[in-house]
Amino acid sequence: MSDASQTMDNAPGRRGRGVRIVMLLALLVALLIAPFMLYPIFVMNVLCFALFAAAFNLLLGYTGFLSFGHAAFFGGGAYFTANAVKEWGWSPEMGIALGVLGAAALGLVMGLIAIRRQGIYFAMITLALSQMFFFYAVQSSWTHGEDGIQSVPRGKLFGFIDLNNTETMYFFVLAIFLIGMGIIWRFVNSPFGMILKSIRENEQRTISLGYAVNRYKLGAFVMSAALAGLAGATKSLVFQFATLTDVAWQMSGEVILMTLLGGIGTLIGPIVGAALVVTLQNYLATSDVPVTIVIGAVFMICVLVFRRGLVGEFYRSRLGRRLGFDPEP
Amino acid sequence: MSEPLLNVAGLEAWYDESHVLHGVDLHVNEGETICLLGRNGMGKTTTLRTIMGILRKRSGTATFAGQDLMKMPLHHVARSGLGFVPEERGIFATLTVEENLMLPPVTAKGGMSVEEIYTLFPNLKERRSSAGTKLSGGEQQMLAMARILRTGARCLLLDEPTEGLAPVIIEAIGDILRELKKRGMTVVLVEQNFRFASRVADRFYLMDHGRITAGFPVADLQANMAMLNKELGV
Amino acid sequence: MSFAIFGIPIQAFLGQLLIGLINGSFYALLSLGLAVIFGLLRVINFAHGALYMLGAFAALLLSVYLGLGYWPALLLAPLVVGLTGALVERSMLSRLYGLDPLYGLLFTFGLALVIEGTFRYFFGASGQPYPQPSLLSGGVNLGFMYLPIYRGWVIVASFIVCMAVWLLIEKTKLGSYLRAATEDPILVQSFGVNVPLLLTLTYALGAGLAGFAGVLAAPIYQVSPLMGSNLIIIVFAVVVVGGMGSILGAIVTGYLLGIAEGLTKVFYPEASNIVIFVIMAIVLVLRPAGLFGKDV
Repeated sequence: MSDASQTMDNAPGRRGRGVRIVMLLALLVALLIAPFMLYPIFVMNVLCFALFAAAFNLLLGYTGFLSFGHAAFFGGGAYFTANAVKEWGWSPEMGIALGVLGAAALGLVMGLIAIRRQGIYFAMITLALSQMFFFYAVQSSWTHGEDGIQSVPRGKLFGFIDLNNTETMYFFVLAIFLIGMGIIWRFVNSPFGMILKSIRENEQRTISLGYAVNRYKLGAFVMSAALAGLAGATKSLVFQFATLTDVAWQMSGEVILMTLLGGIGTLIGPIVGAALVVTLQNYLATSDVPVTIVIGAVFMICVLVFRRGLVGEFYRSRLGRRLGFDPEP
Repeated sequence: MSEPLLNVAGLEAWYDESHVLHGVDLHVNEGETICLLGRNGMGKTTTLRTIMGILRKRSGTATFAGQDLMKMPLHHVARSGLGFVPEERGIFATLTVEENLMLPPVTAKGGMSVEEIYTLFPNLKERRSSAGTKLSGGEQQMLAMARILRTGARCLLLDEPTEGLAPVIIEAIGDILRELKKRGMTVVLVEQNFRFASRVADRFYLMDHGRITAGFPVADLQANMAMLNKELGV
Repeated sequence: MSFAIFGIPIQAFLGQLLIGLINGSFYALLSLGLAVIFGLLRVINFAHGALYMLGAFAALLLSVYLGLGYWPALLLAPLVVGLTGALVERSMLSRLYGLDPLYGLLFTFGLALVIEGTFRYFFGASGQPYPQPSLLSGGVNLGFMYLPIYRGWVIVASFIVCMAVWLLIEKTKLGSYLRAATEDPILVQSFGVNVPLLLTLTYALGAGLAGFAGVLAAPIYQVSPLMGSNLIIIVFAVVVVGGMGSILGAIVTGYLLGIAEGLTKVFYPEASNIVIFVIMAIVLVLRPAGLFGKDV
């Protein structure tokens, strides 16, 4: 596969970059006008989940580790932030910072245990550990059990920007989303990201080159957890609550589905997947069709029929190739 | 002249994207022992695995006893009378020696009984309840052959049976092959050990880069020695 | 007068030990099925909890619509669930062999959502009672505690079935095919064994075991669409602790962790929900391959 793209002349690659920039700009413009066309809350929800999925994909797509426990970081971030803002009266930016740090700390502990095994075992272990956090959230007093933390104030950003204004809140969320995506993009293209890629492709060789492979894996895991925490923290301010739903294992499943549906290992895939799944859920919520069945069926179809996801399949399609996308990004 | 028992023509095969067999033609008559010679990586093992249907990405024709092997699912090939003894021997660690021996289903009448096998391979009888992989390399090779002999297979595909074994064991394997020949067994042998092969085979094929490049009966062996020396470095 | 261990009355202690053993009976049946399936198919069956639920519902529906009681259900429900499993394997799961095992996990996850969602749609989320068989009603006084006979039966039945499956795998011809195919399926198929069929039967066996556990559970817990969805995660932890290398390991670990959970209820009830996960974490730190595992 790789030699095919090397023998191609540079033009499609350059065209690919051009197409990509145009698409990015279009997306940006769409996001800037979105709150005036759609329900701002809905778009904010999409942005939070898109960031969550992108954070998850940072781990799965670039290291090959499938975590089935990312709800712990997403929900953990939400709980930490909600508590700091509501109970301690912290400002939103400090609350979110605490959510991110808390999720990273959780990620560090879970990661230290989970990276001892790979593949299928890694998935089961992360699932079990996040379930442990779920039970913790059910039982401890500060998370308020079944009720969760309700009526979380959005507060004033930097002490003077009132986030209770929906449009202000929207642009705050958009800024966080863009910053998060920027961090992911930088991370993937950094020397650290390159080493992760080489671990995924040939772990033994990377070890023999003298890299402490486990430290890199742990680093990626913590990074992914922190960004998932950022998404969860932001969501808790958008909806003004943090509940058990955010830490339940179904949430871990949902983020996997978003990533799988959009395209594992692509930068844009998780965003597309998140937008589709959130839209689907919104749409189904008003209909008679049970959401779980549809989500489950989409899952099965994705795994059976298009494992590359929508974006991955598009890159491979004739149109995608003609636009100059690399089928194996 | 009667139809050959095993007939292979234009056989090609692929491992994923890489093309490894480029049209192999060979035939084996009933009761004959033929030997595929060639350096490492020339496609000898692949030829056996492709005939057997283990490698499914293939084209060309292969018939055995008049049946088309190319369309058969893998588990039907053994039932047609072909028996496979892989290079790595394939003895199962979680099975006892006896379970290993009894594993391949009997596909036709005329196979050896367990008593006959234990007479031919007394070591196996002695160690029948120990784990399969606790046996020595030689014993494992004996077991790998014995379990196919039990099934009633008419033709053995035997991949490097002497690899890594002591001379006295190789001698014993040679005896067994000659005994099988007396009983009318057809054998396709892949062998690096040229001396061994020259004492059991009736005909030779030389393989090079996924093709058969020469074929001659054992009588012409001397005449081909110079060529073989050059090709094989023996 | 009463005895006490660490200040805990012995009645409470033995009572929880017994409850732990009952939970362990379910863990053992379920982790055994998971281990059998994983051994041969290399698929972690996320739908195992849903199949367990399906077993309980099959018993309930057999009773409601056909008037069949507990004993026929104990035989028929696992067959129904096993057959369902066979259909799923044949039609869909078999397409995923040879791919990264993670796809099998994700597929069966989706399957679990569909099965559970469907039952929730038709039967609601709340539990429905399933009567105990009259033969096993009542209880006996063991001196230190009162044992409902049905719960004793669960322990016995689970133990018998676990042992039967173990014997099937270790001592029979079919079992030798299964063990050999776990090591090298292609070679076994080249010997003339119909390995694709063997894979289907194995998935059906694992599913049937889950269904059997579901029928056993029906009279104790209520029959509800989500009865298996949290259980499956605990069973995953059991499987990680045991390591999936050995069938016996899966059974033994199931019982042990059930007992550990029961005892935690005595000494530190707050942690009883998570004790199995804590044990899993400790085992992973000390012995990453699991207690009985060989592979890392």
